[in-house]
Amino acid sequence: MKKKLLSAVLSAAMLATVLTGCGGNDSSQTQAPAADTKTETKADDTKADDTKAEDTAADNAQADAGAASGSGKVYYLNFKPEQAGDWEELAAKYTAETGVEVVVQTAASGTYESTLKSEMAKSEAPTLFQVNGPVGLATWKDYCYDLSGSEIYGQLKSDDFALKDGDEVKGIAYVVETYGIIYNADILNDYFTKDYAAVKSVEEINSFDKLKAVADSIQENADDLGVKGAFTSAGMDSSSDWRFKTHLANLPIYYEYQADGIGSTDAIKGTYLENYKNIWDLYITDSVCAPSLLSSKTGEDATADFALGDAVFYQNGTWAYTDLSGNGMADESLGMLPIYIGVEGEENQGLCTGSENYWCVNKNASAEDIQATLDFMNWCVTSHDGCDALSYIMGFVCPFKAFDDYPAANPLVNIANDYVSSGKTSVAWTFTTMPSENWKNGVGSALLEYAQGTGEWSAVETAFVDGWASEFAASNN
Amino acid sequence: MDKAIKKYFPIFALPTLLAFTIGFIIPFILGVYLSFCEFTTVTDAKFVGFKNYIRIWGDGTFIHSLWYTALFTIVSVLAINILAFAVAMLLTKGIKGTNMFRTIFFMPNLIGGIILGYIWQLILNGILAGMERTLTYSSAYGFWGLVILMCWQQVGYMMIIYIAGIQNIPGDLIEAAKIDGANNRQLLRHVTLPMVMPSITICSFLTLTNSFKLFDQNLALTAGEPSNKSEMLALNIFNTFYGRNGWEGVGQAKAVIFFILVALIAVVQLKATREKEVQA
Repeated sequence: MKKKLLSAVLSAAMLATVLTGCGGNDSSQTQAPAADTKTETKADDTKADDTKAEDTAADNAQADAGAASGSGKVYYLNFKPEQAGDWEELAAKYTAETGVEVVVQTAASGTYESTLKSEMAKSEAPTLFQVNGPVGLATWKDYCYDLSGSEIYGQLKSDDFALKDGDEVKGIAYVVETYGIIYNADILNDYFTKDYAAVKSVEEINSFDKLKAVADSIQENADDLGVKGAFTSAGMDSSSDWRFKTHLANLPIYYEYQADGIGSTDAIKGTYLENYKNIWDLYITDSVCAPSLLSSKTGEDATADFALGDAVFYQNGTWAYTDLSGNGMADESLGMLPIYIGVEGEENQGLCTGSENYWCVNKNASAEDIQATLDFMNWCVTSHDGCDALSYIMGFVCPFKAFDDYPAANPLVNIANDYVSSGKTSVAWTFTTMPSENWKNGVGSALLEYAQGTGEWSAVETAFVDGWASEFAASNN
Repeated sequence: MDKAIKKYFPIFALPTLLAFTIGFIIPFILGVYLSFCEFTTVTDAKFVGFKNYIRIWGDGTFIHSLWYTALFTIVSVLAINILAFAVAMLLTKGIKGTNMFRTIFFMPNLIGGIILGYIWQLILNGILAGMERTLTYSSAYGFWGLVILMCWQQVGYMMIIYIAGIQNIPGDLIEAAKIDGANNRQLLRHVTLPMVMPSITICSFLTLTNSFKLFDQNLALTAGEPSNKSEMLALNIFNTFYGRNGWEGVGQAKAVIFFILVALIAVVQLKATREKEVQA
């Protein structure tokens, strides 16, 4: 009898262990960032001491903090690895101030969709996540809470920054970004003094031909200038390939839309593909590395090429500032040129400005969590701490009213503003209308094979034009 | 005693059975069900019948990765087993430092696949850089890179199994063959090989299924580049599921087909090699 009892107790204990093992909650998420987040601690956090604009914004924050005292919590799945550490700091600050738990997870570069997909299936799903525009919204719209009555929607400067599905506001852009060709002003100024310089000032570079002439002569005289090449490596590793398969591909699409007077299409014609080829040829020819090495070059390689002064030109955007300054680039040596691809009238072309970062709130979260999330979002864009972190630590340009009092500290943003105020036409981000990730991958692979000489340019054309139609059909069937 | 075991069998087996059900049977059934559904996250699925299975064939990458995987499996099973057997033969001859060699050969097997993949990516890219190439330049580099990697990882493990098999051959059998005038080749062909057949069964089963299901090494070494041409089946399924919106169910359907394939191949192989086993 005793034995029987003992064995029963023992097996019950075993059972209990098994069950607790399975039922373990996801508390690990709250500790330490996931291994794939790139945490950067910046030394210049002292900037946060800025006292200006504290008055109104801080008052708002107080009011919100009072409202957010519910039992909800926030789980933010962050898209931007560049700012992973900054978001965690800001979340900690919010928790300290309001007592509301905020978990921030960051997906590694290029894995946001897959991370989101598996996180959303969990019982502790993200309450705050991102979509990249209309195409991303198509996948996730059934999960998006209608933000039309929310405070944060009221904070938007313009309706252009809201992502709508019918009458419902499904997403809110929280950062507006700009990209172009970042240049190293020090090296370029040195170049202008040389007798082989194709032009004598950066203002003269206003077309593809000029850009090519400058890049070619820099490449030719690389040793004299102390550089390895004109452009950084056009890496096709997944940490970098989006610069070309998405951002660079935006230009031919933008011009085609302009020419046809449309805003999206189910079948692209590829009118400006020849221009796409020209600029891609330029990137891979006048470069710091041989085209056959591109497949394993990463985004960090390109940042290093540029920050170490090995290259003069670097196609990237305002978000690259934190990485560049972290690598020791001085603000005054940074400049930005539009990406000229040789289209008529491009002297008036500005930088590419838009957003692919839309905040969405998970509709399926509990009411308290949704409220906590809305409060957190609102705090981020109205309180002093939030605005300060977003504009000065993360270097964002945010389309919310309170940010008028927080002029950008990111020099690349100021350059972008100068282009707009000097009357240049910004290029819109049409890549949010690309039919699918698979289309981008197809174009990227074809670009790479063309670059390393294992494929023909016609494969890029096929992936671009035919791929668009078939992917559009596949994702809209 | 027998009776007691019978009586308490459910109590002792229950925790394991429960774990097996939660960890394997339920996900498996759920997985098969999901292959007939359309969904974004696995928690809200809509039944669509065989649509996903039809859509597989509209995706050219599946057939390519199927052939690529089959080819890789053949090459790596042969290479690993031949190398492992050769090393095992050498290390049962009683040469000096046998134990040290066995340990060293076995060690790569203790390193995880992802880490191995990155290590070999660095090594191979370092070598190829001399020719201004990288591993992802063409799928052939990725293929042979993977073969080298898998040999390096698995030869040691299979070697241990072969050594155990070779050491189990009774000494008198070999002695008798020698007295009958068998030379080394005849000894290998007619005594050693038939006697280690059980080891061959196990090793070929392990290498076959490992190669066919290879995932982490593939992901870390090439991630399927260039243009998905070095993408093996498991990675193809992963990429379909996570990489393409609206294709989650198709990825799931591929996974079911993949399961049937692996099971079929394993059963056929086991049957084929079992028949060749002999009793001493």
